[in-house]
Order: sequence, then C-alpha cells, then structure tokens
Amino acid sequence: MRKILMMLAALLALPAQAALNVLTTVPEWAALAQEIGGDKIRVASVTTALQDPHRIEARPSLIARARNADLIIATGAELEIGWLPVVQRESGNARIQSGQPGYFEAAAQARMLEIPAKLDRADGDVHAGGNPHINTDPRVYLKVGEALAARLAQLDPGNAAAYQAGYAAFAGRWRANLARWEKQAAALRGQPVVVQHKSFTYLLDWLGLKEVATLEPKPGVEASAAHLSHVLEQVRGQKPRWVIRAVWESSRATDWFAANSGTPAVVLPFTVGGNDAAKDLASLFDDTLARLLAAR
Amino acid sequence: MNRISISMLAACAALASIPAVAADADLQALREEIAQMKKSYEQRINALEQRLADTTRQAESATVTAGQAQAAAQANRPAATASAFNPEISLILSGMYNNTSQDPRQDPTAAAGRERRIQGLLPAGGELNPEARAWNLGESELAISANIDPHFRGTFLAAISPANEIGVEEAHIQTIGLGNGLGVKAGRFFSGVGYANEQHPHAWDFSNAALPYQAFFGPQLGYDGVQLKWVAPTDLFVELGAEFGRARGFPANDGGRNKNGLMSGSAFAHVGGDVGVANSWRAGASFFASKPRGRTYDDVDSTNTLVTNAFSGKSNTTVLDFVWKWAPEGNARDGGFKFQSEWFRRHESGNLTYDTTAASLGTATDAFRATQTGLYAQGIWQFMPHWRAGYRYDQLSAANLSVGLVDNGTLTAADLPILQSFKPRRHTAMVDYSPSEFSRIRFQVARDQSRSGVNDNQVWVHYIMSLGAHGAHKF
Repeated sequence: MRKILMMLAALLALPAQAALNVLTTVPEWAALAQEIGGDKIRVASVTTALQDPHRIEARPSLIARARNADLIIATGAELEIGWLPVVQRESGNARIQSGQPGYFEAAAQARMLEIPAKLDRADGDVHAGGNPHINTDPRVYLKVGEALAARLAQLDPGNAAAYQAGYAAFAGRWRANLARWEKQAAALRGQPVVVQHKSFTYLLDWLGLKEVATLEPKPGVEASAAHLSHVLEQVRGQKPRWVIRAVWESSRATDWFAANSGTPAVVLPFTVGGNDAAKDLASLFDDTLARLLAAR
Repeated sequence: MNRISISMLAACAALASIPAVAADADLQALREEIAQMKKSYEQRINALEQRLADTTRQAESATVTAGQAQAAAQANRPAATASAFNPEISLILSGMYNNTSQDPRQDPTAAAGRERRIQGLLPAGGELNPEARAWNLGESELAISANIDPHFRGTFLAAISPANEIGVEEAHIQTIGLGNGLGVKAGRFFSGVGYANEQHPHAWDFSNAALPYQAFFGPQLGYDGVQLKWVAPTDLFVELGAEFGRARGFPANDGGRNKNGLMSGSAFAHVGGDVGVANSWRAGASFFASKPRGRTYDDVDSTNTLVTNAFSGKSNTTVLDFVWKWAPEGNARDGGFKFQSEWFRRHESGNLTYDTTAASLGTATDAFRATQTGLYAQGIWQFMPHWRAGYRYDQLSAANLSVGLVDNGTLTAADLPILQSFKPRRHTAMVDYSPSEFSRIRFQVARDQSRSGVNDNQVWVHYIMSLGAHGAHKF
C-alpha cells in the first residue's frame, strides 16, 4: 500500500519537475515559444493551421491539457472568446486564469489595426480590440517574443538566462530574415490586392500592399453571388494583382472571384503548418512571399 | 575585437621594422608575407566596422518601431473607468409558430382542461413544448456574469416566461482559483448529470427537450445546493463530480421540505478525448438519488372523478451519455457531424397514496415500485456553412410496475389510468439556418406518439437569437 502511495506521489510530482508545460491556442505562438524556450519547455498548440481559430470547440481534450498547463499563450483581442474562457474555467487550473502569470496574450504586445470606432454587430463579427490576426506581420514576433521570454523567465526563474539567450538568438536571426524579406518584397509595394476575410490586414500593412476589396460583405459573413459580382465590378478598374485567402477559409468566394476576374488566387498558409512548406516561423514567411511573388 | 586586431597589426608593423639580418631573398619573402597580412587585416577591420555600423542602424530603427508600437499599443487601451468593469450581459430572444394536429393544452384521453402528459409513468409535470398552437413567445433569458475577484466568478440567469413570470434559472458562484483541478459551484445551477442537462434551451439542437429528459427530469434537473468537480491530471479527460442540495422539481420534491441535511444528491463521471485531429468524443455515467415525500399528481379514476394521488419513497435515476463530433480537419466552420445519445433508467420504490383529498373512492395507501428506461439518439449534420439538418429518435420503455393498491384488490388498473402500460415514441427532424453565431432560425417537424392511441404531428418555426456578450459554449 505504501509503495503504491509513493508511486502515486511520484507520478503526481512528475509534471512539476519536468519542463515548463506550455499550451498555445494557435500554432504560431507554439513555434515562437519553441524558438525561445528550446528544450526547457514542452509546448503544443491546441489547434492546427487548418482550423478556423474563431470556431474551436471547448473539447474535453482541451480541458484535460489545460488542466496541466503552466502557461497558456493566446492571441487575445477576442479571437478565442468563443471557447478559451470555458476551457480556462473547466480546467480547474488556477495558474492559467486571466490575470495570472500563466496566461499570456500576444495581442497586448502588438500594434492593433482596425480598432472599430463603433461596436455594432450589424457590422458583422467585429472585435472590440481590433483585428486579431496579428500573426501575419512578421515584425510582431520580436515584440511578442521579448515579452514571452520575460514571462517564461518569470515562471521558470531557474532557466531565465536560457530564455533570454533563446530570445536573443531568435531576434538576431529574425532581424536578418526581416531585412531579407523586405528586400525581396520591395517590388510588391503599393500593389492592389483583394482579400476574402480580414485575415491578412497585418501582412498587407507590412508589405505595403493596397487592399482594394474584401470578398466578405461583413467580417465573418459569407459572400453571396450578388455581392461577389458587385465587388468584381467595383475593382475591375483597379486591376488587383491577387485575390488571397487563408488555407482555413472556404475556397468558394476566392475561386469564384479568381475565375471571373482572371486575378490569380493565392492560398496563403496563414500560420505554421498551413502547408507543407510552412514548417516553422521563418519558412512560413518564406513561403508566403514566394507565393505572392510567383503569382505576379 | 577591433582593438585586438589593431594591436596585432601594430605588432606586425613593429616586426616589419626590425632591421634585416636574414638573406635578401628571405627578407623579401617576409616583407611580402607581412604586407599580405596587413592587407587582409585591413579588409577584416573594414568589414567589422561596416557590420558594427549596420547593426547600430538596425537596432536604432528597431527601437523606433518598437517605440511607435508601444505608443500605439498604449493608445489601444480602453480608458480605465468604473464602467469598464461592467459584467458580461447577454439576452436570448426566442419565439415560434407551432402547428399541431392535437391540442397541446389538453389530454385527449382524459378530462377536459387537464394538461397533456406522457402516458405510462408518474407525470413529471414539466413543460412539454409546444405550449400552445400558433404563435408562442419562448422564454427570454437574461444572463449576467463576471469574475467577482481572482477567486470567484458569478453567474445569474433569469428566464422571463411568455406569461410574464420571472424565474431564476441559475444564480451561482464558482471558484476559479482553487487549482489542482478542483472547482466548486454553489447556488442555483443545472446539474452536471448526463450531457444535455446543463445546456440552456437556446443551445439545444432541437426546439424541445428529448422525451427521457421530459419524462425523468421534467425537463431539466436543477439544484439549489453545491457542486464539487475535479479534473484528473491525465491526458485523457477525466472529470468526477458530486452535487448535493435541494433538487428543483421532478422527480424530487425538495421544494417545500423542511429538514436539515443533504436532501438530494448526484454523482457523475465524464471521460473524453480526441481521435486524430477530426474527431472528439465524451462519454459519461451519472446517478441521481432523491427521496420525494408526498409528490402529488392528478388523474381521473374509474368513476371519472379528478383525484389527487401522491408518491413517497426513493427515486434513483441513472444516466449514460455519449457524444461524438466530427469535422473535416477539425475545422467546424464549413461542415461537420455530431452524434449524441443518452440512456436513462429510473427506479422508484415506496408508497403510492390514492385520492389524498378523499374526493372519490376514499384515501388508500400501499407499496409502489416502478422501473423504467428511456433513450434518445440524434445526429446533426452541418452540410454547408450556416446550414444544419438533424434527426432525433426518442423512446421510453413500458414501465415495470408493482402497484400494491391494485395487487391487493383495493383499486383496479382503471383507477390509475396514467400508469397503464405504454411505450412512448417520437421522431423529430429539423433544418436550421444560422446567418451568424448570434442568430438561428429553425424549421422542425415531429411525429409525437407519447400518448396512448394518439399521433400528434407537430411543426415548429422557431427563432433563437442572442444579443450582448459573446457567450462561450461548452462542448
């Protein structure tokens, strides 16, 4: 009996001694945490790149994983509002509740775009904090990474130096990447583009692309055939170079627009794992740029 | 780095200025070598200086953008006013049009004016939608919730009935800071037994509750009490829970009881997980125990007199539940399938008192035992974005009854007509359209055979809309 009890105690104590258990709501923050934390953390995303981050269910497996997490990294800005609060509450884990060190919101570090001047659901699925898809601008990872390294150090002071060094190494590589990407994409500046959903506002902002139309009439509202024809008429004169959508968005509207306007459709990986090439943060943006440049 | 290179160069230069002692050829070779070294070091110094300058410039620009971002981020923050602490408020609006081939307000097998009820078991007395023909307003649900402090969260939900009565559906506090997987809820709440019991009507996939819920919980089991829950620290989702308190409504009748103690209680276990990225499931087993005292119901006896009968004893209900959800790649936006099924078994034993008010053949009491099972199974298919179709099959078994009053000859079976053996059945199909996460319009048809010898064909056109805070739903 005593042996069993001791084994049980060892089993229960095990997670505490192991690497910091980090759970992220979306794959990009898992990739960032991995760059910074290396082997000091165990990190997993609860969603894949092929899932619409607005429409995740508070699945039993999520609650079980949140139960044991030391840190939850969320995007924030209401992206996960339909499911994360339930997961936090049902997990019975005090560490990951909002306001605790074990809850980290990336959007708090970002420069938010499209903050609505008025909040009215007649305008569709608007987010009071601004457009939550901050992950499509690579510059955000420096700022978020810095804050994340500090948070990891706070939660795991023993490895603080490793997190700072991990961040410094990442930031060095990332700055070099940014310079390279910005040079590559210099020719794209000012080009007109049509997007399906407001998923790439931050990418467009970074590259200086001009969004001439959105296929969704309102955020989160499916485009009707009549609306698509209207958009087509509207932008015909502006000769958009691409119509782009994220891999998790329905192909219907983009395909229709591409077929009827002759504008090349580009399906972007959106986040790590969105296609075979986007294996990590750097290859995500390599692939994103390659796709835009190839479809010119 | 630079300083080291320079001093090395200086050393080289010093070396070069040493008076020649070796042969001229050797001297020439040495001079060339030194000149080459000098040249290569100069190049390296230039390269290093260039890199230093570049890095400084980059760092400066990074600081500038970071500073801008910081300023912008600060501008994003809402002003800190007292109203910023407003709780989350949401309101559910619901209304429907019903067509039914039978009068929903009246039981066609018995006395006029008596409410329709399911044949073959002691009536639960809960609502059996639809309430009336043609236009009906559904319940308007007003929900207010917020974190109270780092330790507690509070939830209040009032339902305003079409008859202008306000009912407190939920009013509870729950812990958020206990840790170790523990959670405590206290106040008025819906029990965690089964799967659908905790869901509010606006979250149901059909416009009315399944037959077993209507028959056994009339139609939802609520508590004024306390709930304890624990989530196990395992990768498989394992949740254990226990509840005690004054159970609200059928099959308990704790409402008017005056005693100390736990009153009714329930225990439940849920397990769940994922299969691959596209499938997730949850299964559970629950048990509810109560001791109703003088739980009354009306019936019409063999002399065609309306009498009041009462049950006192023990009532135990077991529920097994199972839910499976599938979505392509786990992306529920464009399509998916949900299967849901629950099985109920209730066992009641105690005494049945006939005609408590001595209005007909005189009051009489004897032993009573009843065992009954029920189940429903439903599938919901989202066949395109915003559109779903579903089918549900409900049934209750004929009760396994032992009625002492009939067995000992005091009464005949005709004196207790509601208990006459019957197997209620119902088929329901629906299609609904949800233009957004906040609005849903449902068309539902049902063939209801919950009353002996009567087929009721029912049609619903039902809207359910929510405004206000973006409520997160459970799995």
